[in-house]
Amino acid sequence: MIDMVVPELGEYALILALCLSVLLATVPLVGASRGNALWMGFARPLSKAMFLFTLVSFICLSWSFLYNDFSVVYVASNSNSALPWYYRLSAVWGGHEGSLLLWALILSAWTLAVAVKSRNLPQDIIARVLAVMGWVATGFYLFILFTSSPFERYLPGYPQEGADLNPLLQDFGLIVHPPMLYMGYVGFAVSFAFAIAALLSGRLDAAWARWSRPWTSVAWAFLTLGIALGSWWAYYELGWGGWWFWDPVENASLMPWLVGTALIHSLAVTEKRGVFKSWTVLLAIFAFSLSLLGTFLVRSGVLTSVHAFASDPDRGLFILVMLAIVIGGSLLLYALRAGQMRSESSFGLLSRESLLLVNNVLLVVSCAMVLLGTIYPLIVDALGLGKLSVGPPYFNALFVPLMSIMLVFMGAGVISRWKQMNIAMLVQQLWLPGVLAVLLGVGATWLYAGELQHWVTVGMVLAWWVVLSGLRDLFNRLRHRREKLAGLMKQSRSYYGMVLAHLGTAVLVVGVSLVSIYSEQRDLRMQPGDSITFRDYTFIYDGNRHVEGPNYTSDQGQIRVLKEGEPYAEMHPEKRLYTARGNVMTEAAIDPGFTRDLYVALGEPLENGAWAVRVQYKPYVRWLWLGGLLMTFGGLLAASDPRYRKRRSAPVTAS
Amino acid sequence: MTPKRKQRLMLVTFIVVGVSVAVGLTLFALNQNINLFYSPTQIAQGEAPVDTRIRAGGMVVDGSVKRDPDSLFVQFDITDYDKTVTVEYTGILPDLFREGQGIVAQGSLNDEGILNAVEVLAKHDENYMPPEVAEALAKAGKMPQPEGQEFNK
Repeated sequence: MIDMVVPELGEYALILALCLSVLLATVPLVGASRGNALWMGFARPLSKAMFLFTLVSFICLSWSFLYNDFSVVYVASNSNSALPWYYRLSAVWGGHEGSLLLWALILSAWTLAVAVKSRNLPQDIIARVLAVMGWVATGFYLFILFTSSPFERYLPGYPQEGADLNPLLQDFGLIVHPPMLYMGYVGFAVSFAFAIAALLSGRLDAAWARWSRPWTSVAWAFLTLGIALGSWWAYYELGWGGWWFWDPVENASLMPWLVGTALIHSLAVTEKRGVFKSWTVLLAIFAFSLSLLGTFLVRSGVLTSVHAFASDPDRGLFILVMLAIVIGGSLLLYALRAGQMRSESSFGLLSRESLLLVNNVLLVVSCAMVLLGTIYPLIVDALGLGKLSVGPPYFNALFVPLMSIMLVFMGAGVISRWKQMNIAMLVQQLWLPGVLAVLLGVGATWLYAGELQHWVTVGMVLAWWVVLSGLRDLFNRLRHRREKLAGLMKQSRSYYGMVLAHLGTAVLVVGVSLVSIYSEQRDLRMQPGDSITFRDYTFIYDGNRHVEGPNYTSDQGQIRVLKEGEPYAEMHPEKRLYTARGNVMTEAAIDPGFTRDLYVALGEPLENGAWAVRVQYKPYVRWLWLGGLLMTFGGLLAASDPRYRKRRSAPVTAS
Repeated sequence: MTPKRKQRLMLVTFIVVGVSVAVGLTLFALNQNINLFYSPTQIAQGEAPVDTRIRAGGMVVDGSVKRDPDSLFVQFDITDYDKTVTVEYTGILPDLFREGQGIVAQGSLNDEGILNAVEVLAKHDENYMPPEVAEALAKAGKMPQPEGQEFNK
């Protein structure tokens, strides 16, 4: 009989988690301000218990999905008994309510991780950090329980069959994309909590930055992976071969990423040199606020977007209020405490500090520009001045030049010295990589395309610039060592993390440049027997075949591909009809390759057995996600550096 | 002024000028690239500019979709149940495009009042209606049942 009340158990567990989070948000905080060790000691067990009950709640919802309990409203509207079991499980976060529960689960998991992995932190700091996490968790539990509980029931009469998961979401990409993205979003809550705890305690020193760094790197790595997966998913699943649309929801994930990237670099300066403290704190606050803003934009349905599937004014209002409290509260705290922050050292005009500052400014400006383009339509609409949308040309016109400038500084920043250096030394170090980058970049562009399209050339030169100046830096590090290989082994993991992430950026830039300019696309009407030739490939359409899937029927196109006249591949793009809701879906056929993808999608049936077909040639498109993966590994590698785990007995300077 | 203050003033001036230039350029780029939304009624009343990129939305009129037999050219009408606008488009229509469905088309009006679309959007699922379309229909008092709120759930 227990299985009858699983959803109720889930709800109770969630309420318990809420109670625990309220305790977590208050008891350790009071303890920390009074110096009461017993009260501060509650932080860790409370975090563990909060995670446990959130997990129980999540498992209950998963159970309802797995066993097709359609008396639960959320299950009935997002699942179907014909779905394979793995899609029934991923359907848990296929809609609004469940994805918030996933969010809460990940938040409590991060809280648990901080509680477990922070043995070497002073007790008052860890108490405050966990308490701030408790505040954030409280907000989310309240949000779920009051506006969007996934456990509501259809009683007494309930549907015998579910409405099915949106077919766009029945896909491996959706199984992994949201959890990774949320890991990143929520991970910035940890950086935020460290920043707020530092403000509360008044101890903003290098130690604080060192504690916060690995967490921020991991969060950033997951966010990078989440964005890359989202782009990959959009590429193959939305059916039209685009990989970035400047869609408001994509922007919502890009903004915390940009600020998070700035934060990682700024934290490095704060840890090594004790400067930029207030700036770093501000970035940590903004990174998390932008994550929340992203949630607001996605979840309130205020924006026209491919993701806008839930719109409910109450929810929007709740998140808006939460946003106001988080941003307002933390900025107030910041304003009260910023005056106490003192730089521990100074730096010259030309130094690694100032170059990193330039990088920070460029990243933040790009973020502001994306933010403006994203919320401008909302502001105009709210003022009653009409409905409008901001097109991709706006974003491209500003983002591309800004990022190009940033790449120039990225190469110089890697090689620069802390504190002070003279310009002669920088030139002496960088002239060779600079010249080589121009030669190789121009040469590579010419070899690839036989022409010098200006943005492609700029992109290639900058990619080589980043790689070569990195090599120069490595060369400098090894120059004075006799054993070169041993020298390579000696370099720290955070160094290699940085190298990987910067290499990923270069790879990404190559991919973006080439695929943006040299993609080829033909939309055409094809009858059986028709063929089209471009870029060495001939596509021959042999008509369609009827295919039955588990919960759909499909028209499968039969396309033979010849490469320079020789048989090369067969491609089977599909047009699927998902029977439960009568949705039509395009499944593109992709022939992936390291240097190019062939991409075929079926449009719609026309008269006389003809179909509208889109054939695309996508050069170097894989490099986009390869770059993202390299960045992700770089972030994780940097976070795993053993020096973060060393117990430091260094005195923590009181303010 | 002490030299230190002078230096600070220089710095502040520099920042102010820099920020103003950046904001100016951004707003310029923004203004070049915004696409205003117009309902069929607004277009019929001549409120929409000609030869400028705009967005227009409405329900696809039943029986209005005409295809060219030899190419991907297609012509259809969209309506807010008050006025109707003809849209021309060459290319592949989205999966959810069908008669009676709410869509948003992006393109420019020509002199004859026909919208030359470069992009046609119909999103997500059969119950989804683009918010602009829902509002335009509500304004024209022609919101079909179920109500707009229900539509986007």
